[in-house]
Amino acid sequence: MTSTSPDNAIEARQIVKRFDGDTAVDGIDLTIKKGSIFGILGPNGAGKTTTLRMLLGIIDPDEGERYLLGSSDPISKAHKVGYLPEERGLYQSMKAYDAIAFMGALRGLPLTEGRKRGREMMQNHGLGDAVDKQIRALSKGMAQTVQLLGTIVHEPDLIILDEPFSGLDALNQGKLERLIRGQADKGVTVIFSTHVIAHAERLCEEIAIVADGKVPFKGKVSAARDRLRPQVHLETRELDGPWRSSIPADCEPLGHNWHFTLPESGVEPLLEALIQGKAGIESLSIERPGLHDAFVHIAGEAVAKKMDTDAAADALGEAA
Amino acid sequence: MIENFKEVIRAAFVIARRDFTAIIFSKSFFFFLLGPLFPLIIGLAAGGLGKQVNQDIDRPVIGVALSEGETEKLIEARDALAENLGNRTIPELVILPEVAADDPDIQRHLDKAKQPLTAIISGTLEEPRLTGAEQDVKRWQGRTALLSETALKGSSPVAVETDYVAATGSSKKRTQLLTAQGGQIILVLLTMILAGMVLSNLVEEKTNKIIEILAAAIPMDAIFLGKLFAMLGMALVGITVWSTLGAIGLFFIIPDLPNLPAPAVGWPIFCILLVVYFSMAYLLLGSLFLGIGAMATTVREVQTLSMPVTMGQLLVFFLAAMSVTKLGETIEWFAVIFPFSSPFAMIARAAQMDNLWQHGAAILWQAIFTLIIIRFSVMLFKRNVMKSGQAARKKSLIARVAGR
Repeated sequence: MTSTSPDNAIEARQIVKRFDGDTAVDGIDLTIKKGSIFGILGPNGAGKTTTLRMLLGIIDPDEGERYLLGSSDPISKAHKVGYLPEERGLYQSMKAYDAIAFMGALRGLPLTEGRKRGREMMQNHGLGDAVDKQIRALSKGMAQTVQLLGTIVHEPDLIILDEPFSGLDALNQGKLERLIRGQADKGVTVIFSTHVIAHAERLCEEIAIVADGKVPFKGKVSAARDRLRPQVHLETRELDGPWRSSIPADCEPLGHNWHFTLPESGVEPLLEALIQGKAGIESLSIERPGLHDAFVHIAGEAVAKKMDTDAAADALGEAA
Repeated sequence: MIENFKEVIRAAFVIARRDFTAIIFSKSFFFFLLGPLFPLIIGLAAGGLGKQVNQDIDRPVIGVALSEGETEKLIEARDALAENLGNRTIPELVILPEVAADDPDIQRHLDKAKQPLTAIISGTLEEPRLTGAEQDVKRWQGRTALLSETALKGSSPVAVETDYVAATGSSKKRTQLLTAQGGQIILVLLTMILAGMVLSNLVEEKTNKIIEILAAAIPMDAIFLGKLFAMLGMALVGITVWSTLGAIGLFFIIPDLPNLPAPAVGWPIFCILLVVYFSMAYLLLGSLFLGIGAMATTVREVQTLSMPVTMGQLLVFFLAAMSVTKLGETIEWFAVIFPFSSPFAMIARAAQMDNLWQHGAAILWQAIFTLIIIRFSVMLFKRNVMKSGQAARKKSLIARVAGR
């Protein structure tokens, strides 16, 4: 029996999952601290869902070990966990508030309490009119919200959301982001997978990038971004002069605009050289790279392109 | 361990409650209650199947307590008549060498006979005496005369003296056989109609993508167990409605119901055992069907599976039906021990044997086997449908069955 830290909500060590000979997850290590918002980023088919299913105990890893809230038997901790799967599903004939109560009851919440909370939560989320409606009578967005409320009705310590933003319009995506922050403020650990980097960038303290069943990066968002040097956008009146040696030699101007990676020496020596060399600075901006750039750098161009395609397809689906 | 078990039961109850209310309060449940129209038709067909058993039960066996020479003549006459009139028309004869032709207490021999006897012929061929229950004696009096006349080469008509006795051990055995057969047919019909419904029970969860929510929240065993008990509950509601309406109907159609032959354990216990064995048969076959149905990914696959499953049920019925008249023989013991036929064979035993301990043992065995099937079904479901379990596969068979 391997010991786990009580500070960690999740610990996974070298977990492997193969389907019909294909390796879907290839030796992933994950440590997720309690009370954090953690994002798992990667394109469709990268192994995110399989990883989450193993962490939750829906499927067993072929190799390695995983601990959820300190237990190697995740189902035994199910009453402290909320899970929203990627493929949403509810019993169509159930009334909305009853569906929330049922999901709570599965995880140990008494049915009467679940029904009471279900009604209240629906009122608080602007779904008061739909409380007594059957699931089949709700719009897709409403049904998704009902399922999300069912995921948290029993007030779990850990919430795992698989592609929670998928299929939501911008308004509901904003609501979901607020809900995630609200849960984190209460000390709840929130883990979600996504192929939309912007959500992770806005919400997460830490992320894991998953590509081809492996995790090429895990850590703080800032650490991922720090893997790339800041980018300089400079506009000068002059095109040549002694200042030219302060910027990379292979940097070619586009008109009077220069784009290059900030030299290791930093901002001040660059500024000094430009001023003293009379470059005639019209404008100068230094941008810290975003998570998307960091993702491209870490996971590679092909994986990033695939993820952008997935996100675009998702957006098209929402529009439809 | 106990905590795990409690959690499985709690979670199974949540699933069972959901499924039970969803079924009971659905419009289609009304059509389900109309279901007995279908079993009535099946019942008529099954009547043909039961005919063979009936013939075995009704085939008279008459004991012969005559002198050695007359016995030989009677046997020869029986063979000759059977050849001309057909074997089933003439009663089977069993020689009773230990009984004297002039024994004054023939009834004692009727009660103690190793095999159920319809009646005993004693006296002489010229003046035969037929001893047995009134209805049996009246029924076979003419054939007995015919046998004697043939044995005596038809020189003169023979008058058979009759000796009626109260219910004999033999007649009691025969009526209990009828009860056994009736109980078995009721059990088989109900199980056949109701257990097959379990096949498609996980389709809703799979098509509505709810299975992942359930699998992440509660042990898979609880899902299977809950679904099984919900369906059993629904079946019992149906049976209660049907039997109540049936009893009311019978009361109005046939106000003077004939006295039904009492089973060996008595009617109250027999009725309780009927419900218990129905439940066990339902759980046994239902858990198997649930496991098979869970492997199916579409409704079409479920439909395809339903035919071989029904055939399998029929085979079990044949086995149980065959064993009714073979109490204590190898085939009957096999039907008692083989889990799927055990409830049917045991209800037949309840009609014919009065010791109760065997039912406790049988019910325990059937319950254990149900749990074993559920474990295996869950294991297969996790491996094949949820695509899990290579790690589980490395465990020993016993560990997998025990869920460790």
